[in-house]
Order: sequence, then structure tokens, then C-alpha cells
Amino acid sequence: MYSEKVMDHFMNPRNQGEIPDADGVGEVGNPSCGDIMRIFIKVKDNIITDVKFQTFGCGAAIASSSMATELIKGKTLEEAWEMSNKAVVEALEGLPPVKVHCSVLAEDGIHQAINDYRIKQGLSPWEEKAGHAHGHDDESGE
Amino acid sequence: MASEKTVYMDHSATTATDPEVVQAMLPWYSQSYGNPSSIYRLAGISRVAIDEARAKVATAIGAKPDEIFFTSGGTESDNWALIGTAFSHKGKGNHIITTAIEHHAILHTCEYLKKQGFDITYLPVDEYGQVRMEDLKAAITDRTILVSVMFANNEIGTIEPVSEIGKLCREQGILFHTDAVQAIGNVPINVATMNIDLLSLSGHKFYGPKGTGALYIRKGIRIDSFLHGGAQEKRKRAGTENVPGIVGLGAAIEKAVRDQDLKTSRIRDLRNRLLERILTEIPNCRLNGHKTERLPGNINICFEFIEGESLLLLLDHAGIAASTGSACSSGSLEPSHVLMAIGVPIEIAHGSLRLTLGIENTEDDINYVSEEIKKAVEKLRSISPLYADYLKKRS
Repeated sequence: MYSEKVMDHFMNPRNQGEIPDADGVGEVGNPSCGDIMRIFIKVKDNIITDVKFQTFGCGAAIASSSMATELIKGKTLEEAWEMSNKAVVEALEGLPPVKVHCSVLAEDGIHQAINDYRIKQGLSPWEEKAGHAHGHDDESGE
Repeated sequence: MASEKTVYMDHSATTATDPEVVQAMLPWYSQSYGNPSSIYRLAGISRVAIDEARAKVATAIGAKPDEIFFTSGGTESDNWALIGTAFSHKGKGNHIITTAIEHHAILHTCEYLKKQGFDITYLPVDEYGQVRMEDLKAAITDRTILVSVMFANNEIGTIEPVSEIGKLCREQGILFHTDAVQAIGNVPINVATMNIDLLSLSGHKFYGPKGTGALYIRKGIRIDSFLHGGAQEKRKRAGTENVPGIVGLGAAIEKAVRDQDLKTSRIRDLRNRLLERILTEIPNCRLNGHKTERLPGNINICFEFIEGESLLLLLDHAGIAASTGSACSSGSLEPSHVLMAIGVPIEIAHGSLRLTLGIENTEDDINYVSEEIKKAVEKLRSISPLYADYLKKRS
């Protein structure tokens, strides 16, 4: 059901862990929904010099965290903010439709981490663009 | 690279068809393919084969052959039992009692019946997954026509007090149906002594072919036909019989029941050893379901701080086939309705793993699977923010 790229990032997650002295931390999701992502960023001269994640969730959630952190590493805060969940899905060579919300979660987590940094710097947080979807359906059979 | 090794521990999902069963089925495809409803000899032998299979199914559950009706499987049997008796008894009442932990073949059929004007009561279960007799007694009204309680639960393996329920229903003059799909071949069943009026079973859960099943209907029970057409199955279930499948079902159930004690004691022993290793070697996990009133091959366990689908993926990578009640595996937002019904906290329910052992599992499998689970749980916990928080709180 998952692409090779998803399985690669799930089996060998990049940037897994914690940055104890992070400049910004984002946390999204909740345990009752079955997924939580925590994103840590280190920022120097407006550039994300380091990023790490901790994720509780399914294979797609872990792979999305890994890929999203790869995509924003070394980028400016503006570039990282503009990275959409679609970019994560494309880089992962696709996600099953019911798992697309995992990539949305990664985008949200990065936005939160960036805004946490901005607030800590005394700057006003950037505003979320309206309208990305979280979706689930149906159960499986046996 | 994914592992070359394969360990199948998902026998509650389905089983491999026994090679002896396959052998028994083969002649009925291309050699003896006659339609049992026709009158020539080629047809006659098909009819005899069906009668023999019917007798085997009847013997396995303590019924008479003319009380066995072949279906396409457990889902059809469940649908027929509920819909067929609900409509044929609506003159007496419109109330049906079932439980919160039934298979979806029952729960979704009940939702359908509700739309047709029936009232449904879903009995709660205790923390081990068993129905309480006092809840059942309290739910019965003078409009109750049917009680449907599964024999054993497919997720947590809990065995329900079927004999007690059957006795109560018989005394009250209420029909009692049980979905015994998970129980056949694992638990002794006698429909006569257990006062069961209707029982669903499915071939592929006990090393028989997929797409085969039966509904036991006690003689004298009024039930509407389910499939309308030809005169097959005493005009109650039309359609040309799946002769190879029915023969396979007969062969499989005969073998399942004949070897039951030996097979289940061996599987139970392996299961207990695997369970013991997981519970002692992996911290922060808990067993779901009943300690003793449990299907012999079933383990259902929740690992805190991790999510079940990712655990299944790691196990699959190691060649292990298992199952979970996590929402993420199914695409639904809610985790397993069974784990919710027994009161498992929602965040912990996402980390459930079901292992269901069967006849081909070995001592080596137990060692391999317990080691791989340990590694997978450790790996996922090392990524989990919940585990990181837990470690910080502890230190």
C-alpha cells in the first residue's frame, strides 16, 4: 500500500530525535486521533540549520515527518513556511488517500515550529492559509 | 531488504486451506461438475457430496443435517440470521438485543434493521469483554424477538457465556443466534445442549475454503428466505450450490473438530509462552481480553506510546503477519470498537497488536516473533514524543 520511498523513510527515518536547545518547537495532533508530531528547529540568520522530529503515529506519519524535515533543512524560514503538504506527498512518491492527512500534519507541525520561533523572537506569527483537509473513511474487513 | 522468513500469526483473519481439503475439493471442479439440481447421474453424485458435507457440519456442532444451510460465508450467515428472523417475527415484536463488540457483519446488519423500524439494544460488556447476564435480563422486553451474541470475539478472543444466554432465551421464548465464526475448531460447541437456535460459521477460519459457510437453523424456527430463486437449500437459499466449496467446508470442519483437543492444547501452550515473553520482556504493555475464557490462539495486547499500524509494518518487514485495532490501519478515525467497549483508553487502543496463532506455528516462531516485537516496539518508542515525555517524567 505504501511506495518504496515511504517505506524507506519509515524504516530509516531521517532527523529523528530531539533538539534540547531548539529555537522553535511545534506540536500537532493528539493521542486520541492516533498521531502526534513534534518538530524542533534550530535557526541561524533566518536559515533552518537543524531540524528534528518525534512522531507517534502510523507509517505514513513517520515517513511524512522524516521527508518534511529533509525538505526544510537548510532552507530559509520563508521557504520552509511555503513548503506545502503536497510537496511532501510528491517527494514521498504518493500517499494513499486516507493517509494524506499525515502530510498535512507535517506541514502544520513545521508552521507551528516556525511561529514558535517567531514569537520567541518577539515577532508576530505568520498566518495559516485557509483550507487544508483532514480526512478518513471506512473500516477494513475480515 | 524485507525478511525472507514468513511467520503467519493472523489466523483470525483467515487460514491457509488445508492441502487435504484442497484435494477433497478438486474432483468437484472439472470431473464431477454436475449441477446438483439436475436428474442425471453426474448430478446425483454432486447431490450426494453435498449431503455428506451437510452431515459433517451437523455432526461438528451437534445438529441434525436438515438444520444446516450452506451460505457464502460468515457475513451472509449473519445477515440472513438477523434479517430473516427479524422480518418473520415482526408480528411478535420489533426488538433485537446484541452486543457492542459484535463483528460488523452483525453491527451493520443491525443498523440496517434499525432503518427498517426495528429497535436494537447493544449490550455493554465487562472489562474482559464478557456480556453480563443481568444486563441481558434487564434488556429483554415483551417485544424482544431475537438475541444475537457472538460465541467468541474476533479481536480479543473472549468467549461469551453462550450456554447461560441460550438457557435464558429458551426459557423466555426468544430466539438466540450466535456468530460462531471464530469459535469453530477452537471451542466445543453443541447447539442442542447450549440451546442455540441459529449459528453462523465460516469455512476459511478453520483451514477450509474462502467463500463457504453455513447457517444452522434449529428445526421449526421460522425464517424468511434470503436469496430468492431456485429450490436449493429447501427453497431458503437459492443459487446453484458451490459444490467444491461445500465439500471443502465439510472436510475442513470434520478435521477441525476431530483434532480439536490436541490442536488447541498445543496452540494454547505456544500462545501462553509467547504472551509470557511479551509481558515480561516489554515494559508498559497490557493484555486485552479475558485471561482464561479466551480463544486458544489469541493474543491482543496494547503497547503504550506507539501506534499499531507502524508496528505492523515493522513486523511485516520481518516477515510476520499480524493485525491491529488501531484506527490508522483501517482509515477510520476511531480505534477498534471492541477495545473501546472494554474500556481501553483511546490513546492506548491505538497501540494494539493482535496475534492469532494456528496449527502451523512452532516453538521457533515464538522466539522469533517475541524478539522482533521487542525490537519493533523499542524502535517506535525511540521515535515517539509520548515515550520521550514518559522518560522525562520518570527521571
